[in-house]
Amino acid sequence: MEAVIAISMGVLFGSGIWLILRPRTFQVIVGLMLMSYAVNLFIFMVGRLWVDKAPLTLQAGTPQPGDYADPVSQALVLTAIVIGFATTALYLVIMIGARGLTGTDHVDGEEADE
Amino acid sequence: MNGLPWTQHLILLPILLPLLAGAALIPVNEARHGLKFAVNLVCNLILLACAVTLFRFADGGHWPDGLGVYLAANWQAPFGIALLVDRLSALLLLLTALLSLAVLVFSYRGWSRIGVHFHSLFLFLLMGINGAFLTNDLFNLFVFFEVMLAASYGLVLHGYNTTRIRAGMQYIAINLVASLLFLIGLALIYATTGTLNMADLGPRVAALAADDLALLQVGTVILALAFLTKGAMWPLGFWLPTTYAAASPPVAAMLVLMTKVGVYAIVRVWPLAFSAGPAAGFGLEALYWGGIATIVFGSLGILASEEAGRVAGYGAIISSGTLLAIVGYGGPALLGVGLYYLLGATLAMAAFLLLVGLTERIRTPGAALLALTMEAFAIEEKPDEPVGVGIPAAMAFLGLAFAASALVITGMPPLSGFVAKFSLFHVLLAVDGPVPWTAWTLIALILCAGLAAIISLMRFGVRTFWAAGAVQPPSLQLSEAAPISLLLGLCIAMTILAAPLLDYLQRTADMLAQPTRYVERVLGETAVPAPGSVR
Repeated sequence: MEAVIAISMGVLFGSGIWLILRPRTFQVIVGLMLMSYAVNLFIFMVGRLWVDKAPLTLQAGTPQPGDYADPVSQALVLTAIVIGFATTALYLVIMIGARGLTGTDHVDGEEADE
Repeated sequence: MNGLPWTQHLILLPILLPLLAGAALIPVNEARHGLKFAVNLVCNLILLACAVTLFRFADGGHWPDGLGVYLAANWQAPFGIALLVDRLSALLLLLTALLSLAVLVFSYRGWSRIGVHFHSLFLFLLMGINGAFLTNDLFNLFVFFEVMLAASYGLVLHGYNTTRIRAGMQYIAINLVASLLFLIGLALIYATTGTLNMADLGPRVAALAADDLALLQVGTVILALAFLTKGAMWPLGFWLPTTYAAASPPVAAMLVLMTKVGVYAIVRVWPLAFSAGPAAGFGLEALYWGGIATIVFGSLGILASEEAGRVAGYGAIISSGTLLAIVGYGGPALLGVGLYYLLGATLAMAAFLLLVGLTERIRTPGAALLALTMEAFAIEEKPDEPVGVGIPAAMAFLGLAFAASALVITGMPPLSGFVAKFSLFHVLLAVDGPVPWTAWTLIALILCAGLAAIISLMRFGVRTFWAAGAVQPPSLQLSEAAPISLLLGLCIAMTILAAPLLDYLQRTADMLAQPTRYVERVLGETAVPAPGSVR
């Protein structure tokens, strides 16, 4: 399971890096999204991979931390998803604005050969 | 709030107040910019008063060791998020408050009205910066970085034109990638140490096994890459000159401060994480060489640039590089002087960027300044052009202010830049035995960078103020002259009060060099008992 997760994160992140180095804004934003998926998965996996572990719940008595999945990485990834989503949406707006103002979708705001 | 004196809540105020005020201003119509400005101004004055109070607390024996700890939501560290004020945080809060006050007053006449939501974004930016200075939790630091960056995206694009959107697009893309790196670094640190509390980090790092330590070092290096992207270390700082040149002058002045937040994060996290155990002093050498490369890059860039905004951008890169090299060189004595350099460089650079906005008026008097940006946002009511009632001898003021800021930036006597450089050289050379060649390299580069800055700024000054031709004395408003005077006045005050200030900064640096006292204070702070409970 570890290998599958690691390879898929690597593929996502690698594709993301390739895409953000491309000249079109659409490619850049898709690259950013792929990279943020990989990072979110990575944060989630930091709490270790388990099968059949219950989420942390409040109950009487002292809970055994070993019986539960790590709640911190879940909380972290939730925050990271929200922030990443918002900033990517902002970037999308600016991308569209740039397309409208400059008339091109090149990341420099002008075509390279002009 | 039984048990907790009200003064403790002041620690939260620099975060909470801008958040609430900024949010409250969003629904207010843009036509009522007077009201918006007034709220923002009051907010800034309160923040200034709060920063002064915290500054006095941190150095006045109000808290043990000068460390004020606030446990957010009453969760004891390391489980909850702790906010921490020490001398360094208090000083930077004060710097932020003074700088933002000046920038806000400066933007009153025109700049705040060329787009929407300037005041809300400005307050959110303050919240992010203040939060980053106060927090003692790495993930919380990420959140405040994002708040700061999100607000800065909006501010860089403020007054939406083609140049700004081009620069903004690259600025945002770079920072989004840097945020992802930040997250990877955080995740690796959590994976190896099981904590995100900065104070808790140090003892755990010292106790790590070799395998985990290697992974942690990878994590912290990735984290540092994110900080250094903000701090504009070569080769991560190529975004900076373009962004500075494109942003409107008040926003560029605030960006100067944001660059320093990246350096602050390094200064805060590194001593806490790597002061003891097998990894002590990890990465400092790389920081030194990165700083050296940054100074070289900034010096070459400043010589090559003609546009004032780019000159300022490369000037900021030089000062970042100098700071990073100082931090990498190590030693509390040097760090204390480095902080003095940081204060002077930030104030002077901000004053210079504000001046740039005014000197453009000499070349293109009148309406050209704002007109470009009006159409994109379809603002119905044009702001009042600064007309007629200029201060007499406006040219003389601009020239003098330019000379003063240039003196500080280049480190020429008699202003604070010179004191900073002189003290730096003194500390570097005052060692027993032979002076290491790294110190000589740093000294030589700082001098060369100063020379490059002199050449570049003189070229700019001659062209702007002495150039023959139809130079009209620009009209100048009090609200534009006063902030620049304030910033430069602070530089002069820093020169006059150099001895007490350097003493304070020395205490700051000494405290930073003793992370065990942070650990004891933060982890030892007990939660307030619930009302009615008997303990």
